[in-house]
Amino acid sequence: MISTLAAFVTKEVRHILRDRQTLTILLLMPLVQVVLFGYALRSDVRNVRLAIVDPSPDYATLALRDRFQAAGRFTVVVTDKSMSRIEPLFRKGKIDLAVSLDRDFAARVESGEPARILIAIDASDPNTGSTMQAYARAVIVEYEQDLGSRGSPPVRIDPQVRMRFNPTLESVNLFIPGLIALVLTLVSALMTAISLSREKERGTLEILLVSPLRPWQIIVGKVLPYLGLAFANVLTALLAAWLIFHVPFRGSVTLLLVESIIYSMVSLAIGVLVATRTATQRVAMLVALLATMLPSTLLSGMVFPLASMPRVLQLLSNVVPAKWFIIIARGIMLKGVGLTHLWMETLVLVGMTLAFMLIAVRSFKARVA
Amino acid sequence: MRVLKVLLRKEYLQIFRDKLLLRQMILMPFIQLIVLSSAATFEVKTSRVYLVDRDQSSVSRGLVDRLRASGRFRIVGGSGSMNLAGEALLSRDADMILGIPPDFERDIVRARAGSVQLVFNAEDGALAGVTNSYAQQIIAAYARDLNAGITHSVRESPRIELRTRGWYNQELDYKHYMIPGILVQLLTLTGTLLTAMNIVREKEIGTLDQLNVTPVPRSAFIAAKLIPLLSIALVLFAIGLGVSRWVFGVPIVGSIPLIFFAALIYLIGALGLGLWISTIVHTQQQAMFISFFLILIYLLMSGLFTPVRSMPEWAQLIAEVNPVKHFIVIIRSVMLKGSGFMDILRPLGMLAATGLIALTLAVRQYGKQAA
Repeated sequence: MISTLAAFVTKEVRHILRDRQTLTILLLMPLVQVVLFGYALRSDVRNVRLAIVDPSPDYATLALRDRFQAAGRFTVVVTDKSMSRIEPLFRKGKIDLAVSLDRDFAARVESGEPARILIAIDASDPNTGSTMQAYARAVIVEYEQDLGSRGSPPVRIDPQVRMRFNPTLESVNLFIPGLIALVLTLVSALMTAISLSREKERGTLEILLVSPLRPWQIIVGKVLPYLGLAFANVLTALLAAWLIFHVPFRGSVTLLLVESIIYSMVSLAIGVLVATRTATQRVAMLVALLATMLPSTLLSGMVFPLASMPRVLQLLSNVVPAKWFIIIARGIMLKGVGLTHLWMETLVLVGMTLAFMLIAVRSFKARVA
Repeated sequence: MRVLKVLLRKEYLQIFRDKLLLRQMILMPFIQLIVLSSAATFEVKTSRVYLVDRDQSSVSRGLVDRLRASGRFRIVGGSGSMNLAGEALLSRDADMILGIPPDFERDIVRARAGSVQLVFNAEDGALAGVTNSYAQQIIAAYARDLNAGITHSVRESPRIELRTRGWYNQELDYKHYMIPGILVQLLTLTGTLLTAMNIVREKEIGTLDQLNVTPVPRSAFIAAKLIPLLSIALVLFAIGLGVSRWVFGVPIVGSIPLIFFAALIYLIGALGLGLWISTIVHTQQQAMFISFFLILIYLLMSGLFTPVRSMPEWAQLIAEVNPVKHFIVIIRSVMLKGSGFMDILRPLGMLAATGLIALTLAVRQYGKQAA
């Protein structure tokens, strides 16, 4: 029995090895993604293109302008006397932020009446927009403070801020665990679904079924090579993250690898399930995309924080295996915690694996019979 | 011409025959729009605070009340021990710790300066950063009010009065930003992936060889493959645009024909890419995989999720030749800002250039391979 299984696994491995193109991409994928995520995907805002509207330049407005120049983050692209010429620049996407100063700025600052400043942002990107606005605000507030108070010194509360687990707020530290989940999903679920449904489309599955192989052996044989591939991918991604970006590994690497295998098995089971329920490769691919890729990128907390989502989606995210895996991977890598903190999440993953496997094998048998 | 008509009929028949695929294709934009538009947000709603108040004074309680009243912070636990608080961060029961030292009130009253500790779970750095800025603003506002209370003076009128306005998206609604991007993703997926899969399928089944030995000219074959997919992608795009307008209330400030014109140009490139992929692969599995790989890179480097200008120089240069980037710029500025044809001339030109290059290369490659 073992030897038939071994023969079948060998056949599958040969299939995979023969397809050089796909194999190259499969092995390169985690590397490219880690590099892309690490270098290119940054949500921090640098180099804000600023327009200053200054109807009556005086020493105070010039001082404020210098502040913006000196802040390092701003490039003053244009200075104008009227707001009306600024608007077209927004529409062309030439500037991100406009600061409009009051007429007779210096005189107002000196007298009791406040000088008004309007900060206008291009809010078609609300995230970046509000971040930029906060930076501009900080420059102005600092300027106001340095002007000095007219009364006694004001009360201060100094917040001492500590960012634990990721002090430099590197986004790559956040993305790597999610990335591993994504790669595993792609390789495990998508590839298995397509590989199985391909046999179905071509009719070779029937041949396999009348062979002495049992249904579970067919599934195991299909799944095992991909599990190996997935494991290789995890290793590449982790190595790249460690060597290129110095992502910390505070916890146990062995535990992380074991958890990765468990997660791969859930994805594989889902892949098998999709294949048994669909007739053609195209449909299998679309269903697998919809059922695995979409939730694991969007509803897993990989890119977008789960806490910000509406209640319904938060509840829905509980059935997405990637969510649990990402919590585990981040916990191990960034916080350095072990099973004492992660037993619940691990248990959920194991439970999901068993459930999906059971359903997959059952539905496979049902289709066969 | 007659050949093209017959071939087109065949393609449309084939597409409409596969009901499952068709349903999927129509369902996809809806699900994506609905899920993505509410899931894809970096907005921070409420953060869970673990409180370590070792002062227990009216000033410290006032600060906590302020945080709570802002609606952005929820106190989920408290004790006098920083160790217990750290444990709450580790087990993900809290997002941040607010530590108030003993003698906080005394320091404020006597020295006019006190300090508090803010410890964040910075696993998600961006999230922690935003939460931090909210907390700081509230603390600063509280300090100003304390000032007025303690010095018994009228709150001094500020020297500078700041107002802010967000143009093109007054309420800073993240959906308005994401939805145009999602529409682009939709066009890319249907355009490239389906084109690649469709042609490779004929290859895999062996019908491509049959077609190649018929007197059908190559140009007619390619046109017959691309036109139906082009029309389907445009219909899907129209549905998506309608859903975003009427279901999500995303305004369309600019001209709708201009949006469709840009979409058409964009699709030429997307379909070209699909055609090119189909020439270099042999199986649907490969086609799917390569498309997926390329699309992922295209989308990630396009500014869909993170601003292009935050990327390093070299990545920005690569993004210049990325049609997805230009199309996203176009659709966002036309929909939200009402940019006209002249405003988007440059990205439109880049789009046309990359599209034509992709299509030409693909057609040439196709010719070579079939010969």
